[in-house]
Amino acid sequence: MLEIILIFIIVGTVIAIETRNMLSSVIAVGAVGFGVSLMFLFLQAPDIAITQVIVEILSLIILIRTTTYADNEAIEKRLDTFANMTGLIFLGLFLAFCYWAFSDLTSFGQPLMNVSQYYLSAGLTDTGAANIVAAVILDYRAYDTLGEAIVIFTSILGAFVLLRTKGKKKTEEKDIEKVGIPE
Amino acid sequence: MKKEKIKELIEDPNLGMTLIVKTVARITIALILLYGFYIIIYGHLTPGGGFAGGVILAIAYTLMMLAFSRRIALVKLSDFWASIWDNIGMLAFIVIGFVGLGFGYFLFNFLSKGKPFSLISAGIIPLLNLSIGIKIGAALYAIFIGLSIYGRLVLEEEE
Repeated sequence: MLEIILIFIIVGTVIAIETRNMLSSVIAVGAVGFGVSLMFLFLQAPDIAITQVIVEILSLIILIRTTTYADNEAIEKRLDTFANMTGLIFLGLFLAFCYWAFSDLTSFGQPLMNVSQYYLSAGLTDTGAANIVAAVILDYRAYDTLGEAIVIFTSILGAFVLLRTKGKKKTEEKDIEKVGIPE
Repeated sequence: MKKEKIKELIEDPNLGMTLIVKTVARITIALILLYGFYIIIYGHLTPGGGFAGGVILAIAYTLMMLAFSRRIALVKLSDFWASIWDNIGMLAFIVIGFVGLGFGYFLFNFLSKGKPFSLISAGIIPLLNLSIGIKIGAALYAIFIGLSIYGRLVLEEEE
């Protein structure tokens, strides 16, 4: 089952890159996101699957809103044979070394590490939370969550500073000369 | 005053999408908000949590903004108040962490653990989920409304 979803994701990615219409490219990106969330569901991670679906919907809304008003045709494609061939050769080398290196790995989820064994056995009595993911991200690893929240807070602050209209100075001629940006 | 203005804006046929979309959106927005709060409040018992529930809240407000118009979104929850709620959520997380400093260490789980599998259990984890949910919901809504209105407000003022 996992292989079918992986092939679906790869096909969706190729369509998203190769298609000429921007809107169909965006829709293909959305299909890839839903495939990724299905894969998380089959790997038994429902928390991540829910988050992936919802963030995918919100980003898809924003992308569709921007592409419907923008110029819908992609730019003319230029083929660079030397760059493509070099990229393909190095990708082949990478995959060959991957096959050589990953054949020594243990199977998926085996064996459990010491720390995850401790979390699974003592998580309920330590924190009282039935959802072990919530127990890990908000009790054992609460510093990490605080850092993530601060990252989002800072990025929102930066976006508001860039997008704001009040208090923004109008560009004059001397600013353009100073920065050196042509109009 | 505010309610009358919202009613007037909802019934204006020139704003927003068609009547079918408006009627469906009026029902589904409440359900989506309810589901978002469910995901946040039961985050320590079922899959989900603060981040996922917060994004669902943001999606409910985004649906309101797309189905009706961006003017009604500005009356309901303006960009100023969205950023205020964002700050409140972030501040609540850090304040809970500093209260834990008085009992042991930073972000110490100082409340009683309660009975497992009941709604009020797990100490500070539901409170942290709630603060993260409010923060993420307000922040993503603020980003969407900022991308949507800020360039156009200048153009409307110049006209």
